Amino acid sequence: MTRTNLMAGTILASALATGAAAQTELSMWYHGAGNEVESEIINRIVGDFNESQDEWEVSLQSFPQGSYNDSVIAAALAGNLPDILDVDGPVMPNWAWSGYLQPLPIDESLIENFLPGTKGEWNGELYSIGLWDAAVAMVTRQSYLDQFDIRVPTLEEPWTLEEFDAALVKIKESGEFAYPLDLGMAWTGEWYPYAFSPFLQSFGGDIVDRETYSTAEGALNGDAAVEFGEWWQSLFERDLVPGTSQDPADRDNGFVEGKYAISWNGNWAALNILNEYGDDTLFLPAPDFGNGPVIGAASWQFGVSATSEHPEGAAAFIEFALQDEYLAAFSNGIGLIPPTESAAEMTENYKEGGPMAAFYELSESQAKLRPVTPGYVVAAKVFEKALADIANGADVQDTLDAAVDEIDADIERNQGYGH
Amino acid sequence: MAQIDPSNRGLRLAVRYAVLVLIAVIFIFPLVFMVVSSLKPDQQLLSDTGSLRAFLPVGDISLDNYAAAFQRAPVGLFIFNSVLVTAVTVVLSLLVCSLAAFAFVFLEWRGSGLLLSIILATLIVPFETIAIPLLLIVNQLPWIGLDGFTTGWLNSYRVQILPFVSDGLTIFLFVQYFRDLPRELIEASRVEGASWWMIYRRIVMPLSGPVLATAAILKFLVMYNQYLWPLMVVQEEGYRPVMVGLQYFFQLNRAWGEIMAYLSLITLPVLAFYFVLQRAFISSIASTGVKG
Repeated sequence: MTRTNLMAGTILASALATGAAAQTELSMWYHGAGNEVESEIINRIVGDFNESQDEWEVSLQSFPQGSYNDSVIAAALAGNLPDILDVDGPVMPNWAWSGYLQPLPIDESLIENFLPGTKGEWNGELYSIGLWDAAVAMVTRQSYLDQFDIRVPTLEEPWTLEEFDAALVKIKESGEFAYPLDLGMAWTGEWYPYAFSPFLQSFGGDIVDRETYSTAEGALNGDAAVEFGEWWQSLFERDLVPGTSQDPADRDNGFVEGKYAISWNGNWAALNILNEYGDDTLFLPAPDFGNGPVIGAASWQFGVSATSEHPEGAAAFIEFALQDEYLAAFSNGIGLIPPTESAAEMTENYKEGGPMAAFYELSESQAKLRPVTPGYVVAAKVFEKALADIANGADVQDTLDAAVDEIDADIERNQGYGH
Repeated sequence: MAQIDPSNRGLRLAVRYAVLVLIAVIFIFPLVFMVVSSLKPDQQLLSDTGSLRAFLPVGDISLDNYAAAFQRAPVGLFIFNSVLVTAVTVVLSLLVCSLAAFAFVFLEWRGSGLLLSIILATLIVPFETIAIPLLLIVNQLPWIGLDGFTTGWLNSYRVQILPFVSDGLTIFLFVQYFRDLPRELIEASRVEGASWWMIYRRIVMPLSGPVLATAAILKFLVMYNQYLWPLMVVQEEGYRPVMVGLQYFFQLNRAWGEIMAYLSLITLPVLAFYFVLQRAFISSIASTGVKG
């Protein structure tokens, strides 16, 4: 009897001990498969988190970026979402509205000092938070501007429309470059709304009316938008920029090969350019087309799925990942903009006086979120097509009117997307 | 100016071969470009694209892109997954679809014409339209495996295989081929007392080499190129096929050499399969007029 009790006690104690030590598994999806550096950093964070406590164990599944959104949507349909997932900033409202995400239950004091573009807020609630931001700049060389006697613009005094346009014409007339400016027309998809809607916003228009989010009327086809559209079309008509048939290889390498004098490009491409041109490289602010200079904001962010049974565990992981050490690691690894000043100071490129510090300042002072609405995913595609059509010679007013009709019809079909 | 004499057989042959060579070159150049580019560093690859050097293994040639491709993604695993899923599907498909076609052509049963028409009508339904309903169905299907009884087929090989075992096109190919077989053979066998299964196995299938090859190649290509379906039903890397794996290489700063190396590697099983079956495939096209 005693022996039986002893055995039962041993088994019970063993079971309790095992139970106490067992970590609850949290599944996590991330879009970085194929990117060795990014994968190494995210794996390090997961490993550190799992070792730092006994309650949770994050299990990471990486997806290639190109197919990530489709995989998430299919998984949501099948009720198979993980606990933690990352989401592209402008897509977040759609996923929140569609019921894929739940509000992020983290201590918001931790993100007080984060760049605004890294905070994914919709309907007054925080749904996601980014470990980095991204920014675009007019990338050129000091020697080019000196050669053509063009003023170096500053955050306080960016180029005006007339100044910018005159600079492009002057470079064009020299005949030294295939095109004076590379806008990156070969990068289709999200690049168009991310990189080019800020031009429209600086002209005074927008993709949708942000007052109501219930229409694009007036915002995308009003006087300011038409003025933008005509200027946009003239860039292509005057051969100041390569068109929609640009070779992707030229987009990747044309600037460093000397085909273009200025490149409208992101901070993620900056390291290559710095390696090529060093101190001669300039990262310049967006021109002011009349309503202040604007660049796009928001990159990939982390959130908790609506079906997660352990949101507190998921939040614990995300809070853990917000440490400066990891923010700096992403920045040093793949050139992303750290979301806090303290993390920026820990990086080679973004610390004060660093070669890419200009991007941090641009994010801080010029960044504007793309329309924060679930309808953005459709509006962005319509906007992309409209800009490509105008670049190819379509009538500006007709094209923008048609785009407005398409966006409005989508908003109506979805009962206003909850606005 | 010299006139071409139509009766000059040698000249006609020369012209014919010149045209054939030109067509062959047009078809083979993309493959040559792919393989040659996979051996060059990115900078050289891009600068060569504007000249004939793009098709020549000249300059800084190495296997570095292949090493980098294996570093970036589990290439071997993706190829294994695709080959496994494709091979099993092809074998099962040939068996199931030929049996179905046999029943439609040689057995007399009520409603066979209507059912065949319905099956053929599925040829006009694009897969994209049924993808989501199919996803919802496979997500609810039961399975008994090493883990016991489970529900849902996501993240498995079977979810990539079983929905594609039977399809209208493959059944149609077999039906067309079986209809051209001499009925006397079948009738004589019946008179001799052969069962339907014996006729299928001993008479019909041994005569069906060309259609088996055609159906196998068409099915192989469809299955090996699967992208949308595995994207929807496979979230675990361990089950991903080659086409989803290709996305690993499309990062913001694209490494074109690695992309070409990966493409060269995943093309090998397709080429090997085609070369094994090419004689039967050509004979099938010649005899049935079916084009893939």
